[in-house]
Amino acid sequence: MTAQDTTPALRARARAMASLHRAQARHQTDTPAGKPVRRLPVQRDWPTWALVAAQIGILVGALSLWEIGARTGWIDAFFWSQPSAIAETMTVFFTTGDAWTDISFTFRSTIIGFLIGTAAGSLLGLSFWWSRNYAAVVQPYVICLESIPKLALAPLIILVFGIGLVSKVAVATALTLVVSTLTAYAGVKALDPDGEKLFYSLGASRLQVFRKLVVPFCLPWIISVLRVNIGLALTGAIVGEFIASQHGLGRAILYAGQTYDIALVWVAVLVLSTLAIVMYAAVSWVESLLRKGVRQ
Amino acid sequence: MSSSAPKLCVADVSMTFKTPAGAFHALAPVTLSIPQGRFVSLIGPSGCGKSTIFNIIAGLLEPTGGRVLIDGIDATGTIGRVGYMLQKDLLLPWRTVLDNVILGMEIQHVPLRAARERALPLLHRYGLAGFEYLYPSALSGGMRQRAALLRTLLFDTDLILLDEPFGALDAQTKLKMQEWLMQLWSDFGKTVLFVTHDIEEAIYLSDEVHVMGTRPGRIIATIPVPLARPRIRGSVLSGEFLAIKERCLELLHLDPTASDAVNEAA
Repeated sequence: MTAQDTTPALRARARAMASLHRAQARHQTDTPAGKPVRRLPVQRDWPTWALVAAQIGILVGALSLWEIGARTGWIDAFFWSQPSAIAETMTVFFTTGDAWTDISFTFRSTIIGFLIGTAAGSLLGLSFWWSRNYAAVVQPYVICLESIPKLALAPLIILVFGIGLVSKVAVATALTLVVSTLTAYAGVKALDPDGEKLFYSLGASRLQVFRKLVVPFCLPWIISVLRVNIGLALTGAIVGEFIASQHGLGRAILYAGQTYDIALVWVAVLVLSTLAIVMYAAVSWVESLLRKGVRQ
Repeated sequence: MSSSAPKLCVADVSMTFKTPAGAFHALAPVTLSIPQGRFVSLIGPSGCGKSTIFNIIAGLLEPTGGRVLIDGIDATGTIGRVGYMLQKDLLLPWRTVLDNVILGMEIQHVPLRAARERALPLLHRYGLAGFEYLYPSALSGGMRQRAALLRTLLFDTDLILLDEPFGALDAQTKLKMQEWLMQLWSDFGKTVLFVTHDIEEAIYLSDEVHVMGTRPGRIIATIPVPLARPRIRGSVLSGEFLAIKERCLELLHLDPTASDAVNEAA
């Protein structure tokens, strides 16, 4: 670099670098060898109240900006609605609206689909232990079933099972069944052949090996998909409601969207999220209880 | 307990596995006869078919030829006739130590309460007191082996097969477990067939040592161990013991002076 090239910008950068070096020098005492002494960077944890305050602050700030933006016209309230309108719609939804009917409809189809899908899938997966030939014959079908996007079949399921609760249960079951089947089968495949050898050396029957070894061994696998399955079952129920339904939170969202009642869309989504969180927490609790009972 | 028929008789048992590369002779005809109450060991290099013999005696594998007689009765290919302890302890992690130990009785439809009542005093007497209601994950390797061995013993058969039960234990624990096993054996009077890689262990514990060779697996020598019982640890340094050990080493080509033979064999 020659003196002619030194543009004002470069000179400014050089000045900045120099001041930075001076600032660093104040914090570092050089050792005799000229090596800077450096301390381990320590991050101090905030107290819990500060973390919670920050979280609430962000929420309140975002909602305020949204409300102010909508009132000043900076945000289009027709498409995005606004917090005050959403709160109002929420009150209406719960007092004179269908809130409880919709929640109970979605909740029931999710839970029933979850239970049927998980139970039937686990049994199907465990059944592969009984016969290698049977497992070999059926396995390609299970893999096919897994690769089909089940939601794409939802319109067909609605046609077959009608627009009532049964069709929502069927979609939720279709989503959870395959996951449970494959997981239980993974458990069966992980079984130590020496364990079976031990049982047979003690003169056990097939049924005894199944009940006393295969089922307890695979239980942790089966339990591990419960949380995944509750989410899948809810997705299935909502998609079923999207396609054709007279009740449910999914139907409420679709209806509100089609009538440009954006506040109601937000309300239904909020209620749905709350329902999802509650069910997830409940399943996690059940899972921890089962794990304690199973001890693996 | 007839004195005429040996407890276990393995008569001309052979085993051939079909592999894609052709037939593989795992066992040449092997003949073994073990009288009631004896402690007999099998030693040999890996792949000599020790585990195959055990699986055949336990009825988990149908031999290509020959028969297995227990108390003079044909027991070829029947399960539940002998207590078989595999190399791994295979304790079920979801059962307490007590419920693991009674597994054999449970499978034989002994009522749970009766089985537990029988097992508890044994757990106390044989060093598992205080561990009855713990889960196996809380036990050390030696304790787990004890539990697995008691499970085998409580399965009420006169004949038990032990496949390298102490192979994975550290040297100290192994010595303790050998003493413990000797005590169990003299208390219960079972007939024991024991597989090990450890020549010293085989000689120290056994009345008779069968040395096996490979390709195909066969018994190349049977060495009686006439050392008096109860044996003391110091006997492993006696001339008699060392002579037997030297003979075993020679047969297994482990003698340093016979190292050429290993190379030739390989």
